[in-house]
Order: sequence, then structure tokens, then C-alpha cells
Amino acid sequence: MHEGMKISIRNGRLIDPASGIDREADLHCAEGKVVAIGAAPAGFQPDRTLDARGLVVCPGLVDLSARLREPGDEQKATIASETRAAAAAGITTLCCPPDTNPIIDTPAVAQLVHQIAARHGLARVLPAGAITRGLDGSQITEMAALKEAGCPVLSQGDRPIRSAQVLLRALEYASTFSLTLFLQPLDADLSEGGCAHQGAVSTRLGLPGIPEAAETVAVARALALAEQTGARIHFRGLSTARGAELLVEARRRSILASGDCAIHQLFLTEDDLHGFNSNCHLLPPLRTAADRQSLRMAVAEGAIQALCSDHQPHDADAKQAPFPETIPGISALETLLPLALRLVAEGVLDLPTAIARLTTGPAEVLGSGSGSGFGRLKPGRSADVCVFDPAETWVLSPETLVSHGHNTPFLGMEFQGRVRWTLLGGRMVFERSGTTGAAAAPPRHQSN
Amino acid sequence: MSNHAPLNPLPVGQTLWLDADAIDTAIAAMAAELRTLIAERAIAAPLMVGIHTGGVWVAERLHAALGIVDPLGHLDISFYRDDFSRIGLHPQVRPSHLPAAVDGRHVILVDDVLQTGRTIRAALNVLFDYGRPKSVILAALAERGGRQLPIEPNVVGLHARLAPGEQLKLTGPVPLELVRGLAPAAHPPAEPA
Amino acid sequence: MNTANIQLDDAGHLKHLLTVEGLSRELLTAILDQAEGFTGVTQQAVKKVPLCRGKVIANLFFETSTRTRTTFELAAKRLSADVLNLNIAASSTSKGETLLDTLHNLEAMHVDMFVVRHAASGAAHFIAEQAAPHVSVINAGDGRHAHPTQGLLDMFTIRRHKGGFEHLRVAIVGDILHSRVARSQIAALNTLGAAEIRVIGPRTLIPDAAESLGVRVCHDLREGVRDADVVIMLRLQRERMSGALLPSAHEYYQLYGLTEERLSTARPDAIVMHPGPINRGVEMDSQVADGPRSVILEQVSNGIAVRMAVIAMCIGTQNLRGPGGEGTYDA
Repeated sequence: MHEGMKISIRNGRLIDPASGIDREADLHCAEGKVVAIGAAPAGFQPDRTLDARGLVVCPGLVDLSARLREPGDEQKATIASETRAAAAAGITTLCCPPDTNPIIDTPAVAQLVHQIAARHGLARVLPAGAITRGLDGSQITEMAALKEAGCPVLSQGDRPIRSAQVLLRALEYASTFSLTLFLQPLDADLSEGGCAHQGAVSTRLGLPGIPEAAETVAVARALALAEQTGARIHFRGLSTARGAELLVEARRRSILASGDCAIHQLFLTEDDLHGFNSNCHLLPPLRTAADRQSLRMAVAEGAIQALCSDHQPHDADAKQAPFPETIPGISALETLLPLALRLVAEGVLDLPTAIARLTTGPAEVLGSGSGSGFGRLKPGRSADVCVFDPAETWVLSPETLVSHGHNTPFLGMEFQGRVRWTLLGGRMVFERSGTTGAAAAPPRHQSN
Repeated sequence: MSNHAPLNPLPVGQTLWLDADAIDTAIAAMAAELRTLIAERAIAAPLMVGIHTGGVWVAERLHAALGIVDPLGHLDISFYRDDFSRIGLHPQVRPSHLPAAVDGRHVILVDDVLQTGRTIRAALNVLFDYGRPKSVILAALAERGGRQLPIEPNVVGLHARLAPGEQLKLTGPVPLELVRGLAPAAHPPAEPA
Repeated sequence: MNTANIQLDDAGHLKHLLTVEGLSRELLTAILDQAEGFTGVTQQAVKKVPLCRGKVIANLFFETSTRTRTTFELAAKRLSADVLNLNIAASSTSKGETLLDTLHNLEAMHVDMFVVRHAASGAAHFIAEQAAPHVSVINAGDGRHAHPTQGLLDMFTIRRHKGGFEHLRVAIVGDILHSRVARSQIAALNTLGAAEIRVIGPRTLIPDAAESLGVRVCHDLREGVRDADVVIMLRLQRERMSGALLPSAHEYYQLYGLTEERLSTARPDAIVMHPGPINRGVEMDSQVADGPRSVILEQVSNGIAVRMAVIAMCIGTQNLRGPGGEGTYDA
């Protein structure tokens, strides 16, 4: 299947939050782009017609944070393995943090990531450039060059900028080039040594705690500096009710700030740490049930505009240790859409809103720097399409996981809703054969 | 004949084999026999030790009847059982207590029912972990067949002939009665559920 | 995955002892009762019983602790088990796979039980999850989480002096935040039905969520020990005596050090406990430590009986879990 292929997706429920479409409509693609919604253009002869009766057709999902582990940690995962998992999960665009090895703090590394991703062609990979060299929190990177090399945003991954002065300068410099800074809302000192939310569960289990204030202090500091500089910031991974509240207040005062949260924060809480389940070792830590409820509200209302996977695939060794010594993170690409659908099933938000948080919401955050206009279905735009069966039930298992990372607390859980086809730039990058759940053979790179 | 009804009705499948009067008679005979044995061996001050739980009840009577000077000792053999690795720790273990050093003493070891000999093997081991007695005399209230070790008592109150599946059990401490019944297939192991 | 269930086998027998939490009052009482039986062993000329003959117990100490290791070693030897002592420097096991390698190597040597001390909370759980099914694990202290045998030996000591727990007021003084001992004591006291548990210390050493453990928080020592039946002093680690948690050992002693005078508001028959080793002049003065109400040395000897009981209970049911396990007592 090639870019020139003409595809019609017929009879599906087409949901495009950007244009407000939610109705049964056909989608026609050609030359890598959407050419029409509804009736096909005159004389349109599709090479392939997909019958999407009973299925949902929506823009390919956009994930603001997915670690691919390449370059540097290929024993955990590779760009090939994780973009294949992304495609199987309906994700067509993903942003990878700069904490690879080498760190994405030079145009060369950013280009390397682009090249490898392009070679496999399974997802649009947007590397976040480092804010500081070596992520050391002291010397800012060549941001203009990083932008030029295809970094739509800048980030520190989960490493802090301790100095307010450095952060202020970074914000000023980045805003010169209209670059958004992704900031992890976690104060370095207040979270140091911690591995669990400071509360009843950490007290019971004797786990060093990370207080709520670790988030609120970091959010408040960053907001004050964003207000001072007029720079655009994005909180990557909010975890507390108070953190989300501070963001809402700031936006009311027109500070250029946005936020996302990892979707597992809307399901898991500190209580899931009982028994020292290392797959629930996360950063930011799982918070209280009250925080979870507030985050769900914030997502439903749009104060938190994006949900992301915060995908962190690990090898088994990373989780085979006493809880505090394990490495935090979940392999999460393949539960992003299923968990979002569960939010719909639980009545937290409706389906178009859920899709908005996975498409337009994150696309808008990446928007200013990316230019290509993904995250929506519109004639003339890239044909990034996710088609899923909202009724299919399936169980997450090591066998169903495409990602090399099997570190997820959701193993064994039954989900409803499963991706059938994924199109990236009009190319079929994932096709589930029948309803048996077997993945299609991955597209192979043709060396020339 | 017993002149009073049993305090508690016996569990189903168990029948009274010997009542309190018969046991008093048997213990009196044992005391007489022991007195003779002690005299024959010219033992001046024996040390009497009962094995938990029934053996202690019998030993209390013998101890009083013989007028032994040193207080009665008691042994819990749970820690020396050879079936620990098969069935775990006995749920009720009391510390063993010997009122005096056993080194160089003549010890009268008392148990209620002697069958396989394994309890006595364990009791001798406990005793020897306390010291080196000069001699040990074994007195058992009842003896039945089924010995699995070369252990024979010096003094026996009663000889019983029971079917292999049957069990003989001393209930007490007041009244002391011997009941017989089918042995349970398997005891529940150590701790409460 | 449940913290409580991993410790018990299908029949409800103790398989591992990782934490006091989740164990029933009946089971805790059974452990204390068994320990009572083992106190007699010290009176024997040969201070040994053959219960665990042929069993191999590995003391896996990732954190050095001469005291705890010694009492476990003594307990194991009094049960006639063979004991392997492994002091593994933290540096060599900073990676998880090394810990697992160590574990599997020892299993290959047919070790029947691991006694584990580790600086990370949850380490004993991790080892219990990874160990072969026939192997038992006893937690000898994991991070700030639990030190169940210490908690149980303290309960044993309290029960010997007070008979029971129902009407007891217990004051626990000091660094609750970092104390695995306190967590195990609190869990045990709550399960055994103590009337009131108070924790006393400055806010820097008391977790914000302390009350969720089932205790009353108190910042004043005099108020905290008033009418107490039992006063437990916790050890204050030297590295915490000055810095952001506490200004100085001196001020700590002034506020929270136990003296005869401060103890005077406790009940006249109150006992004073300390898991050791004591910092004299920091947690308490010598007059109290060596005074008539101190049961600190008793705690040490009781520790051996309690550990014997726990080891014997875990090992005693191992074969029941394997094939052809069930058996009966015979006379």
C-alpha cells in the first residue's frame, strides 16, 4: 500500500472534534490526504474500500509523551518497535522526550530520530528538544537550531531545572522562537528520594513520600515565570487537584499555559501500591482518589486539554527490584485509547470529547511548532486516521502487546474498544485481521 | 464402677474404656511397683518427670503417692517430634520445666499411653539436652501393641489390646479416664486458620 | 496482589512473615503462644532443639545490623538449622538483577528460608514474590516499612508484663516517620486490641497521615506518656539529629528525652521499652534505661524465642505445601 493509494472508509461513525462532525459519513483519501467527507469527489475510484459499519472513524491520535528508548536504550525498546505499537494503538503522531542517550540537545540527534522514524514510517515522531544541554538544568540549548531540526517543543523529560534564573532565561529565549516549553510539574527538592504520594498509603508502606506541594510549588513557580516572560508553557503530567486548579486560575488570567495528564492517573490511585506493585511506581506518583476525581473533572471540562500515554517501556530488570529501587513508568501506548473509552463508558465525558483530548487537544499544544495540521480530518490535511470498533472486547496480555515494554499494571484487564485500521498520511500502517486480534504484518522498509 | 457420671459426654465414636476408679487402682499398683523398683536399685532421691499432657496427670498422682522430695518436672516433646517436617509445629507447646538439674540423677519418666515408642524417644532426647541422668525408669499408665522402636516400660498400669485403627486416650485431669475410639484420619496442622 | 495473602498459604498457615499487617489476632496470638514454649529452651544444658535439623536458613543482610542478625542466627541455631550469613554491601546490589541472582544462587544451594534485611521498603515482599514456592521469607527489616519480628517480640514482652492488650495505653515516642519498628508495633497493637496508641514527637518526625495508622498524635511528651501502661522509645538515627528534621540532639533530648521525672505521669506500673541500641542522653537518660521499669534487656532475650517461633512455624508447614504433605501426629 503506497501513498498514492485511494482509500474510501465507508459507513463509519465519523467523529472529528475540530470541525464538530459526529455523524455517519464516508471518508475518502488520496495522495496521502483527506479528499472528501461524505460524498466522494466526482470520478473518485478507490483502490480499496474499508467497511467501517459499526466502527468509529476519527483522526489519528496524538500523544504528547511517549518514550521510544532509541537511541541509547535499545534493550528496552526501539523506534521501530514502539512506533509499531503506536500504529496498533491508533496513534499517528507522538512526541518523544529528549532523555535518550545521547540526549536530544543537538540538531544531529533530533535528525537521527526523525530519520529512523521516517525509515520505518509507522508514526510521525516529533522529538522534543532539550531545554538545557545534557538536561543538566544550567546551560540552555541551541533552541533555534533544534526547532529547525524538527523539534516542535522543548522539554527536560523528568529532569529538573532547579534554578529559577535558568528557567526564566530558558523561557525568554524559547519565546523568541515561539517554542513551547514542556515542564514536568515536580519540584526537584520536594520530590527527591520519593517514590509514592505522601499520604496514607506511603505512611503505611513506609515509602518515601512526594508531597502534593512538590507539584503545586513547581506549577506556581513556572506560572509566575511564564507570566513574567509571556512565554508559552505546557505542564507535562499533572497529578493533583491543586495543580490543575492553579492552571485553571492562570489561564483565566491569560497566562499562556496548558496541561495534560497521563491517562493512567485517571484510573489508578495510591491504593494500587498495596503489595508493592512496581508497575504502579510512577512519576509523578499516583495520588489520592480525590485527586483522580478532580483530574477527571478537569479533563472533562477541558482545563486539562490533552491526555497522553506517558509511555515508558522497560525491560524486565527495571521492575525486578524492591519497589523504591525500580524505575518508574508504564508501557502505555496500547491502553491510551481503551482507557479513554472506559472514561466514556463511566460517564466522565462523551465520546467526541474523549477523542478531542486525544487529538485536537494535544495537536494544539504542538501546533505552533509543527505546522502540518494533524489531529483533524479535513480535506487537504494529512490523512491520519484511526478506525476502531467501540464494541470489541479484548484482554490486555503479553501476547496482545506490540510494544517491547510489558510493564503495565493493566495486564489481564478486559477492555472494550479496539483499533481496526490506522492510516498515516494515507498509508495503512496497521490493520487488524478479522476480529481474531492478530496484527497485520508490519510494513517493511524497502531499501533502495 | 464409676460413682459419678462423666462431666462431659464423650465425642461420637469414642467409648469409655476404663473409668476413674479403675485408673486410681492402676496408679496405686504402679506406685507400689515403683516403690519396689526404687528399693531394689537403692535409689535415694528419684526425680520424677511427666510428659505433657496426660503423663503429667499420672505423674502428679505417682509423685504424691511416692512422697518424692523434688517437685515434679514436666516435659513438652513437641520440639523433638520426628514428624515436625510432615505436620508442622504442634499448636500448644508449653515450655519444659525441670525443677532440678538432671545430671547424675535417677529419673522416673511418666507417660499416659505407650504405643509406638516415638514419644519416649523424643522425651529421652529432651531429657539428655538438660543433662546426663544416671538412670531413667519408664512408667506408663497404659501399654498397647504397635511398638516401632525398641522401647519397653519398666512399670505398666494396664495392658490394652486394640485394633490397629483404634486410639486410646487419657482424659483429665479430673476425673482421669481412658477412652477408646477410632483415630482421626488427619489432625489439622499447627496454627488456627 | 495483596499484602496480607502472600504471607499465608492456601490453608491459612504462615508461609512468610513480611509484615504484621493483615495477620489475624488469632495468628499473632498463636505466634506469641509458640514463643512462650520456646523460652524453655534456654534453660536446657544443650540450648538447642532438633526441630529444624537439616534445614538451611540464609541470613540475607543487605544492610548491616549485628544485633538483629545475631538474634536470628541464634534462633536458627537453637532450632538446629544450618545458617548461612551473607552480608551484601549495598553497592554490589544497586541493580535489581544482582539481588535476584543472589537469590537464585542460594536457592540452587537448597536454602529453605531467607531472613532478609534491606534498606528499601518492600524488599522482603519482592523477595517473597521471586523466591521458589517452597522457600519461606522472613522480613528482618525493610526500609521504613516493617520489622515484624521486632514488633512481635515487643508484643510478647508487653503481654508477659501486662497479661493482655485490651485496656492498654501505649505511647510510642520519637522518629515515627522513618521507623519500621513503630509501624510494626502499631499494626500489632491495633490487631491485638490495645485501647489507645499514641505517637509522640515533633511534626518533622511524625508523618502527616499518621492518624490513618490508627494512632493519636501528640507533640508533647508529658501529655503523651500520661497514664500510659507502656512507653516505647524509638531509636533516633544519628544522621537525623541535626539538619532540617531536628536542630540538635540536645533540643530533642530537652523535648522528647525520657527521664524519671517525665515518666512520673505514666502509670506506676508502666514499663519502658526500646528496640536498641539506645542513644543514652538522647532518647532517654541512663537512670530510666537501667531503672526498674526498663524491660529493654528482656526484649533482647524474648527476641530469640519469638524468632524461633516464627522460623519454626514457617518451616514446619513447608512440607504441607509440597507434594505428599499431609500427615498426622502419632503417639
